[in-house]
Formats: sequence, C-alpha cells, structure tokens
Amino acid sequence: MKKSLKFASLVLAVSMVAASLSGCGAGASSSDTFKIGGIGPITGGAAIYGQAVMNGAQIAVDEINAAGGINGHKIEFSFEDDEHNPEKSVNAYNTLLDKKMQILVGTVTSAPCIAVVDKANADNVFMLTPSATATEAIAKDNAFRVCFSDPNQGTEAAKYIGAKNLATKVAIIFDNSDPYSSGIKDNFVKESANQNFEVVAQEAYTQDSNTDFSTQLQATVDSGADLLFLPIYYQDASNILSQAAQKEIDIAVFGCDGFDGILGLDGFDTSLAEGVLLLTPFSTSSTDEKTQAFVKAYEAKCNGLTPNQFAADAYDAVYIVKAAIEKANLAPSASNAEICDALKKAMTEISYTGLTGSDITWGADGEPNKAPIVVEIKNGEYVVLD
Amino acid sequence: MSFLTNIINGISLGSVYAIIALGYTMVYGIAKMLNFAHGDIIMVGAYAVFLITSALGFNPLVTVLIAMFLCTFLGITIERIAYKPLRNAGSPLAVLITAIGVSYLLQNLALILFGADAKVFKSVISLPPVKLFGGQITITGETLVTIILCIIIMTALTIFVGKTKAGQAMLAVSEDKGAASLMGINVNATIALTFAIGSALAAVAGVLLCSSYPSLTPYTGSMPGIKAFVAAVFGGIGSIPGAFIGGIILGILETLAKAYISTQLSDAIVFAALIIVLLVKPTGILGKKIMEKV
Amino acid sequence: MKTLINKFNSDKTFKQNTITYAIVIVAYILCQSLILGGVMSNSMKGLLIQFCYYIIMAVSLNLTVGILGELSLGHAGFMCIGAFTGAILYKTLGEVLTFKPLLLLICIVAGALLAGLFGFLIGIPVLRLKGDYLAIVTLAFGEIIKNVCAAVFLGKDSKGFHISLKDQAALNLEDSGEMIIKGPLGITGLSFTVSFTACVILVLITLIIVLNLVNSRTGRAVMAIRDNRIAAEATGINVTKYKMLAFTISAALAGVAGVLYASSLSTLASSSKNFGYNMSIMILVYVVLGGIGNIRGSVIATVILVLLPEKLRFLSNYRMLIYAVVLIAMMLINWSPSARAKRDVLLSKINIFKKKTDEKEVQ
Repeated sequence: MKKSLKFASLVLAVSMVAASLSGCGAGASSSDTFKIGGIGPITGGAAIYGQAVMNGAQIAVDEINAAGGINGHKIEFSFEDDEHNPEKSVNAYNTLLDKKMQILVGTVTSAPCIAVVDKANADNVFMLTPSATATEAIAKDNAFRVCFSDPNQGTEAAKYIGAKNLATKVAIIFDNSDPYSSGIKDNFVKESANQNFEVVAQEAYTQDSNTDFSTQLQATVDSGADLLFLPIYYQDASNILSQAAQKEIDIAVFGCDGFDGILGLDGFDTSLAEGVLLLTPFSTSSTDEKTQAFVKAYEAKCNGLTPNQFAADAYDAVYIVKAAIEKANLAPSASNAEICDALKKAMTEISYTGLTGSDITWGADGEPNKAPIVVEIKNGEYVVLD
Repeated sequence: MSFLTNIINGISLGSVYAIIALGYTMVYGIAKMLNFAHGDIIMVGAYAVFLITSALGFNPLVTVLIAMFLCTFLGITIERIAYKPLRNAGSPLAVLITAIGVSYLLQNLALILFGADAKVFKSVISLPPVKLFGGQITITGETLVTIILCIIIMTALTIFVGKTKAGQAMLAVSEDKGAASLMGINVNATIALTFAIGSALAAVAGVLLCSSYPSLTPYTGSMPGIKAFVAAVFGGIGSIPGAFIGGIILGILETLAKAYISTQLSDAIVFAALIIVLLVKPTGILGKKIMEKV
Repeated sequence: MKTLINKFNSDKTFKQNTITYAIVIVAYILCQSLILGGVMSNSMKGLLIQFCYYIIMAVSLNLTVGILGELSLGHAGFMCIGAFTGAILYKTLGEVLTFKPLLLLICIVAGALLAGLFGFLIGIPVLRLKGDYLAIVTLAFGEIIKNVCAAVFLGKDSKGFHISLKDQAALNLEDSGEMIIKGPLGITGLSFTVSFTACVILVLITLIIVLNLVNSRTGRAVMAIRDNRIAAEATGINVTKYKMLAFTISAALAGVAGVLYASSLSTLASSSKNFGYNMSIMILVYVVLGGIGNIRGSVIATVILVLLPEKLRFLSNYRMLIYAVVLIAMMLINWSPSARAKRDVLLSKINIFKKKTDEKEVQ
C-alpha cells in the first residue's frame, strides 16, 4: 500500500510541477495594462452562464484594446472557473490575485458572489458583477452590479401585470434552490397585495428535480390561474413550456430577464414561446446598432451561438469599468486600494448607455437605476412593447 | 381527478426510472459493481439521437437504433479499458471510484463537445395524447410509449435471462465467477455482454427521458441515474422485476410527495421511504436473502 | 528522550504514527515560514484551511471505510450538520460572547457533538445493513440532511426562534427580527475565521484520536469485525457496540470539518455542490486513492487531490476533463493487479526502493 502511494505521489508530483510551470508561463505581464479578472462557472451545471459572461466580456475587452485601450492602456483579461461553488469561487479569486488582478468583473452567480464579496472587500478590490442578483451579493461598498436586483424585478413585474390588467389569478413556478428565482418570487408576492390580481399557486422546484414539472403544471391548472409567472432561467423554462405543450395546457406566460435566450436554444420550437411576455433589459433582436454589432461578434466568436442576457451584461460590465476608470482618470500603476476607492466614487458619477439599458446610473449601494422593458415573443422574435 | 393525473405522471416518471434501473440492476447483478457512469451513458444516448436527428434527419426508429449501437460500443469500451483491469483489484471500491472517474469524464467531454447550452430535445414519439373522462385527464403519447416499452423490455429481459443460454451464463456468473469459468463459461464475454445490454437500455432510457422532459445538458443523466439506482435498490438490486417495481413506486412516490407535501423535500421523502423499506426488508422488495457463510 | 528513540526503533506502529505526525508538523512549519517570508501565493494561502478540513474529512471517512470496513456515501451529511451547528451558534452567541477563541471552541465542540449524535442515531438503523445496501442508506441519509438544511428557514426575534420549512413569510418575524437561515440561500454574513494554526492543531487531534483508536484494544476489535464479523462475534466481541463507536467518532470528526468549512467562507448554504452525495464521493476518492485503511495515505492523497484541480486552472474549460482522466489513470496504476506487477518489477530495478520491497504493507 505504502509503495503504491509513493509511486502515485511521484507521478503526481512530476505532473504537478509540469503543470505549475506552464501555469506560470501564462502569467507574465507588464505593469502598463489594466488587469481585469472574471469569475464564473465554466464547467458544471451552471456552465452556460459563466461561459456567456466569459465570452461577452472578452469581446468587450478585445474591442477596447483594438480601439486603443482605456486612457491609452490595454486591458488584460483572465477568467477563472468556480463551478458555481462558493468555495471554488474564493479559490478562483485568490488565483486571480496571484495574477495581479486589479478589478474584478464577477462573479457570475449569486451564492459564490456572496462569498467573494467579503474577501474582495477585505482586500479593497473593486468588483462589478454582471449578473449576481441577490441583495447580499453586493452588500459591501466595493461591489456594484449591472443587472437588476431581485426585489426590483419582482416588484416591477407585479406592477406591470397589475397596470395592464393581464390577469386576475396568477400561478408561479420558481426554483427554490436559486436565490435569484426565490428572491423575485418573494417580492412579486409581496407587491401582488397592492395589485388587482391574486397569487393562487406558488409551486417550487429545485435544481435536483428540474426534469419533471408535471406536478407543478397540474397544480397550476387546478388553481385556475390565467397567467403563469416564471421567474426562472430559460433552460428550465423551455422544459416547462415543452411539457405544458405535451399536456396541451394553454396558459399565458410572463417571464423575467432570466427567460431571455430561450429563442436561441438549440432545437427549441419557438412556437411554444409564442405570446410570452418578459421583463428584460436586453433583447437580441433590438434594432439598436450596438446590440446588432455585439450579436454579430458573439455569434462569430461562439460558433453561431446567440448571446443571452448574461453575455450582454458582461459586455456592458467591461465598458462600465472603462467609463468609470476614465471618469476617475486612473492609471494601471495605481494600487488596488486606490483603484477601488476612486472607482467607488466614479461609479456614482457616471451615466452609461449600453446594451442593457440607457442612461444607467448607480447609487452608492451598488444598485443600478434603469428601466426594464417588456418584450413579447411574436413569430419567433422579441418585440418590444411600450 | 388531479390525484389520478398525478398518479399517471408518477407512473410515467417511474417507467423512465425503471428502464434505467433495469440497466443498473443487470450490471450490478452480474459484475457486482455500482456503475456510477450509467446515468451518463443515458446522456450520451440522448445526445446521439439529438445530433443525428438534427444533422441527418433520419427516421426516429433508425436514429434510436444507431444510438443504441453507439452506447453499446461505448459501454463495452469503458468496461474493457476502465473496469476490467480492476476486477480482481482486491477492493470493490477501486472500480467504484473508477466508475466515478468515467462519469466525470463523460460529463466533461460532453460539455466540451456539445457545449453547456441546453439542447431542446425533439420528442421522437409522434403519438397524440389520449384524453380520458371527457378531457379531464390527458395522457401524453410519451407516457404511453414509455410505459409500454418498459413492460416489453422487462418481459424480454426476464425471458432472456431465464431461457437463453447466454442468460443462463449470466446467472451462473452472478452466482460464482470461479465456478462458472470452471463450467466452461466465458466470464469476460458474459460480463461484456451484460455491459452491452445495460448500455443499449441506457440509450433507450435516454431517448425516452428526453422525449418526456426535453431539456438535454451534459448533466441530464446524473440525477435520474442516482434515482434509478435508488429504484433498483428499492426493488432489490439484481432482480429484474424488482427494478421495474422499484422504478414505478419511486416515480409515484416522488410525484405524490411533490404534489401534496413539499417540492423541496420530495427527494428527502423518497430517500426516507427507501430507508424504511430497507430496514424492513434489508435486501429490497424482491431481493434475495443471502445467507452469510463462515 | 532516549527511551523515545528506542521506542521509535523497536515499536513499528509508534514509528509509523510518529512519521505521520511529523509529516503534518513539517508541512505546517514549511507553510508558516513561506507565509512569513511572504513568498506564498494567495491561492495557496486560501487553500491551506481547505487542506485541513478535507484531511479531517478523509481521515474520519477512512475510519468508517478502511477500519470499520463499511462503505459510507453520506459522509458529507455529517459535515453539513457540523457546519450548520457551528454557524448558527456563532450567529446567535456572537453578540453575547465576545471572547472569540472560546466562542470558536464552543462552535467546534458543539458541531462535533451534534454530528456525533446524528452519527449515533443514524448508525442504529444503518449498521444493521450490509455492503451496498448500507452504502445506499448512508447516501439516502446524506441527501435527506442536505435537502432539509436547504429547506429550513430560521429566524430570531424578541419572542425567540421561529422555524419553517416553507418560506420566510411563514416565520411571521417581527420587524426587528433577524433571519438566521434563509432556506436555500443559507446563512450569510458569517465573519468567523479559524486560523491555520488552529486548523492544523485540529488535524493533529484528529490524527491522534484515529491512530490511537486503531492501535488500541477497541481498534483491534473493530478491525476484527471488519475482517470477519462472525468470527469476531464468536470470540465475544460486542459487534454492535464497536461498530457504533467507530461510526459515531467518524461522524463527530466530520462535524469538526464542517465547522471549519463554515468558518472558511462568509456564507454557508446547503446545496448539492457542497453537502450532496458528490462531495461524499469526492472524499471517498481521497480515501481510496490514499489507500483504504491507510491514514497517512489519506492525508497525502487529500492534499494532492485538492491541489490538483487548482493547479490545472491554466487548462480553462478542459480542467475537469483532464482531472477525470488523471483520476482514472491513477486508479488503474494504483489498483490494477497487472499494473501493480509491472510496477513492482520496475521499482525493484531502482535502488532506493529496493530495501523497502520486503517491508510488510501496513493495513
């Protein structure tokens, strides 16, 4: 036994030395560049979100570098995997610090972000998360976000449904294991008390049981709801819509920004999503010139994959960082703490227009002020409603 | 009425579990190993069907046959490379860990080859739903096909194991490998055949799973794989009718727990039921009691 | 001192155990001097505490799998209990008790006790089963613990504690009330850290407990049960008592690891990422690769396997793929009889290993 162990450790030691050597080779860098790091899941069940952010941010970085950089300094961007696991996320953060990261665009998902924000705050590293929606994800003063927070979306959705008289009885299917989804749901239910409709069913599922939705759909039918609110991500949403179609359940559907991307899913029958309304800051079919250019660049980079809202948030996040650095007139030679303090101030002073909103401003709490738009899916396209 | 619908949904889910569990139980019964990669072969089968359909547009039946062939090949290859060298390793844990390694390998290979984005699986079953009680209960075509296919497979396997020479050889190997080889049975070939059958079943299960629940990702197979494993133990691992019964019971239990108790805790309830069954019958519902020899 | 040296030379188990402790202590001194010298990278610094709690997990699981000889696939469940106990205590007692080291000690002891209690309660039914059935029931218990912890809402206000399995609104908290566990979001705003030194001391305590247990009368009884239960019973060993003892100690140690896990992050949520069967299996991988029943092997294998995915980061999204390949390859090299035979031939040609070939394997 001992011998075999010795042998295994020998083999490993050799492979590991080789690994760490090649790892070092990639880290060579100069002090004349802004080093921006990113963290998100690029393996594991949530890989789709991390990969979107990684690619979206990379496109923005490449564009900025091609156009001469920020204040004449190029950006170095490196992205680390966290498998959607807080522990691994902190490891990724430490690895990025070793690579002399100055600004963090991340993390992508909420639970890891809550863990990383504490470390980043202690180290005085500025962070801007493209997509972590939980309130706690930016609880510290060094953290800002691009996307809406959960309370914001839930309340807005309830107000919209009430104002347009879309329903009298609403059923909700939500992902209880995801703070994003349960956060929106809680606030939606809270706001519904002030509106002219009633929440008649709240059906939960978890990431361990996201294949079979028959019971939740049955409960929706039994509750007599005339609108189904789905504050969830589009992969599960496509599954729910397909299963509802199989069971010939016909009900109006209202989604949130996580829903966006459903039309780009490989193999998805877009007629299933016909008439779905969603509250989102970004839409790939927007005629806006910037959006079209981004969609084209993303499709070229990712073998024709349509960008989702995560990719757009990440793209904006890099440009927002650029805007804030320019506002604060920083140079890469500044220390992390100097950059963090300057950016914290600059973030509240800038106003940014990008893919995910116009004239976005930030409060010192890190929350963006932007108006969501409501989009309807018509003939397999997103159509912006007023 | 909604109670009846929930039961039907449960049977539908249970039939998928049952088909996966049949593969699990075959492999366990003969090779005496928990093949944790079984759930991932399901995923490979589903991806094969998805890609062949979208790229070549073959008839669904032909596509499923090709997927079965691919999975059979994959199963035999995995057995040969990763499991066979460890068959006499001294601890059954060695091969269990290797199976976990294979599971990670298949998941991550799929992640790189097919991307993290979910594929929306187009059902290969084009039967219209059946309406009962004047439309109050809808049974989807997928449900019907899954249940019928599950019963056919279970019967065919029982006959195969009980009546054919290869099946008898499997029984002999599962009883005692050494004695079986002394009787002139080719143990290696028998175990390879078991993996072939198990993997072909996994391909069928993958197609049915994704036809009913059409979201396909590299991780699609892992949770149903574990549930099916639980189902196989429920029914008595190694027993073919046991896997069928275990699968159906598990499906119904899970659906009812979700509908009437709590969605968050449905898995916990299923596992609690498993514990209770095993405490009352330590080898599962239909499991044989093994006498301990000194 | 002289007697110690004599003992070292004559008593084989004493020698082996001393080497194990020495490895940990030397590694600790090395790490500390690297930190003080300011040459240790941030990522290594971040990993040090992870090494510690995974080592405790692996050593405690080895007690169940290697020494007791029962396959447990739910070890992460005990870690979960320890983690939540520690975190809840820290949150609730934190305001009253300001002396941090004492508070931490209370958290660790409580985490160990509660996880041990659960180990005892779960052990009563589980240890009546055998083999793979036992494995699946431990998996079931682990999943139940994980799911329940992910569904619990716990809040505190002037009227005391409120608990619910439904949602936050069902707690009916007063406005001044404070949420402690927010269901799937778990516990946030944890600010307790256990220093690396304290973690290493806990690792050493774990090693002392387990190694002394193995080499005691109790340990020999437990191993006799592992090797032949019926024969052990016939010689008058109380099978149930010793099985329960080993299982409970193993669970309690996992609870300690759980408290350290909770302390290393500012947030604690139960999910299939950290306390599901995947984690239990991950720990089992450490144990099997380090050698079943080989405590020192668990320590070394844990460090290697925790480090490996971090060192593979440069591979980007190929990382976990390569990790899987390495895992399979290591298993085949380490366990396959034919590969072992080839390796022995190879090793006997190399001089430094030669004198060791006749040394008996320590199981």
